[in-house]
Amino acid sequence: MGSRASTLLRDEELEEIKKETGFSHSQITRLYSRFTSLDKGENGTLSREDFQRIPELAINPLGDRIINAFFPEGEDQVNFRGFMRTLAHFRPIEDNEKSKDVNGPEPLNSRSNKLHFAFRLYDLDKDDKISRDELLQVLRMMVGVNISDEQLGSIADRTIQEADQDGDSAISFTEFVKVANFFLILVETEVSLLLRLVSNS
Amino acid sequence: MFLLLPFDSLIVNLLGISLTVLFTLLLVFIIVPAIFGVSFGIRKLYMKTLLKIFAWATLRMERGAKEKNHQLYKPYTNGIIAKDPTSLEEEIKEIRRSGSSKALDNTPEFELSDIFYFCRKGMETIMDDEVTKRFSAEELESWNLLSRTNYNFQYISLRLTVLWGLGVLIRYCFLLPLRIALAFTGISLLVVGTTVVGYLPNGRFKEFLSKHVHLMCYRICVRALTAIITYHDRENRPRNGGICVANHTSPIDVIILASDGYYAMVGQVHGGLMGVIQRAMVKACPHVWFERSEVKDRHLVAKRLTEHVRDKSKLVTVALPGNQLCPVFQYDPQFGDAFWNSSKYGMVTYLLRMMTSWAVVCSVWYLPPVTREADEDAVQFANRVKSAIARQGGLVDLLWDGGLKREKVKDTFKEEQQKLYSKMIVGNHEDRSRS
Repeated sequence: MGSRASTLLRDEELEEIKKETGFSHSQITRLYSRFTSLDKGENGTLSREDFQRIPELAINPLGDRIINAFFPEGEDQVNFRGFMRTLAHFRPIEDNEKSKDVNGPEPLNSRSNKLHFAFRLYDLDKDDKISRDELLQVLRMMVGVNISDEQLGSIADRTIQEADQDGDSAISFTEFVKVANFFLILVETEVSLLLRLVSNS
Repeated sequence: MFLLLPFDSLIVNLLGISLTVLFTLLLVFIIVPAIFGVSFGIRKLYMKTLLKIFAWATLRMERGAKEKNHQLYKPYTNGIIAKDPTSLEEEIKEIRRSGSSKALDNTPEFELSDIFYFCRKGMETIMDDEVTKRFSAEELESWNLLSRTNYNFQYISLRLTVLWGLGVLIRYCFLLPLRIALAFTGISLLVVGTTVVGYLPNGRFKEFLSKHVHLMCYRICVRALTAIITYHDRENRPRNGGICVANHTSPIDVIILASDGYYAMVGQVHGGLMGVIQRAMVKACPHVWFERSEVKDRHLVAKRLTEHVRDKSKLVTVALPGNQLCPVFQYDPQFGDAFWNSSKYGMVTYLLRMMTSWAVVCSVWYLPPVTREADEDAVQFANRVKSAIARQGGLVDLLWDGGLKREKVKDTFKEEQQKLYSKMIVGNHEDRSRS
């Protein structure tokens, strides 16, 4: 039967992941199959190279940043649990979850966690502020060589000007959130992602 | 037990003799028709029986799963993300539009929220992407008693396990040695035959012999794999002096095509056993073998090929590029997984996997010839041929080529994305400065 048998997903693990991430049974099995197909070394974990082998991800200008988000601090391998936990951030909030118990732990895909995720893509040094340099870095990744340093600098300056409220020439998380469009955008993004995440009934 | 002692050696001898006789009979039964190109229809009967057994096995599994209230893993062949094709610009505009109350023609240059587009695209491709999906072997909805194609193999019932065990026994202890014997015969005959023919002076007799040696040996190899092939549109079979292109799923393609017609092949030089076969074959027939380094030099390849084709006395060439073209071949995965992930398995492992499967079932379509029009350039012509093949096989015509499986993606694709995005934000910037 080969090594496949040793990496079969056990029922208890599946239940735990379901509870933690909110994905359905069939979505988890489908994503598990995806995980194993990416795992070329067949050792139950994914490395950065495994992600970079996905061609459409490798051509994504922010590909490296996104891949980084999967790996906890200082680690080079991510197991299935960690994989699902990160993916769970993008699971759309379904209607029946909206009025859930307020005292319980915040679900991984809550609005606040989604915003944190996006914020962390900008904030490389994890100091809870997006500095001008960090913003420039991300901008440079998105535009490549097609825009001059000057122009890019002025775009960055303008963005910080518009968002910055406490005058420290950097964007904090609260200011990030306040960039008013965000909540509305999130609703739209979720609806379209929900329509796109087809589940097996 | 004591009773057996004096008869021991006799029994062993008898057993040995009967097995050898059986084996030889089988070989003769299979090789002789191969030489003459006749078929008894045994393989088709075998296929039908297998199908019936598989259907029963699947039903049993589903019933068993329902009884235990198990979620039987049914592979979702359509992918987890329902993608609708939209461009970068449209999607970012949508993201901005949903948040902004400004009119569309006055969109601001850069928004912090633009990151969401790339983020979401990235997440989607991690969950599911077109290219990697195509390179993973298909998952079956029915079980074909090969545990390697079923991730959910659990103990369902005694009868099923016994059947599976029987299957293993038959495949490994009966079919495998038979197939290896056949393959050995076929390959050695090919090597010896073509070398011998190579010593003859060039002429019609040499060609005649060469053709029959090639055909005979390929037919034996086809039986070695228990390949059940259905040929469609045989009237379109290529004739002398042309170039034939086929898709390339695995080295088995060569065997399948070559058993139906006498072709000069174009391919890459291999080492090891394949190299020996290639060198022998080229003595009897003008095949064109390229070094990997030569392949990179497109002009050299083109030159050699044109030289070959121009010589009208030479035969039809079959080029098997390593591209993700879509089939002239189509393999039925129910009987064995013909897909070769060459970055995962070596050639010998792959062949062994093939030989321990039930059979290789495939269909071959011969498409009508396509001639290059006067105003088409090489790339357009190639794309036209590619789409024709894709349409026949009912698969998607992909922009990527098979090399992506192995190599890192070329930077040009990423640069295109960046260019598109830059145009979006700079274009607006210019409008602003003008007003």
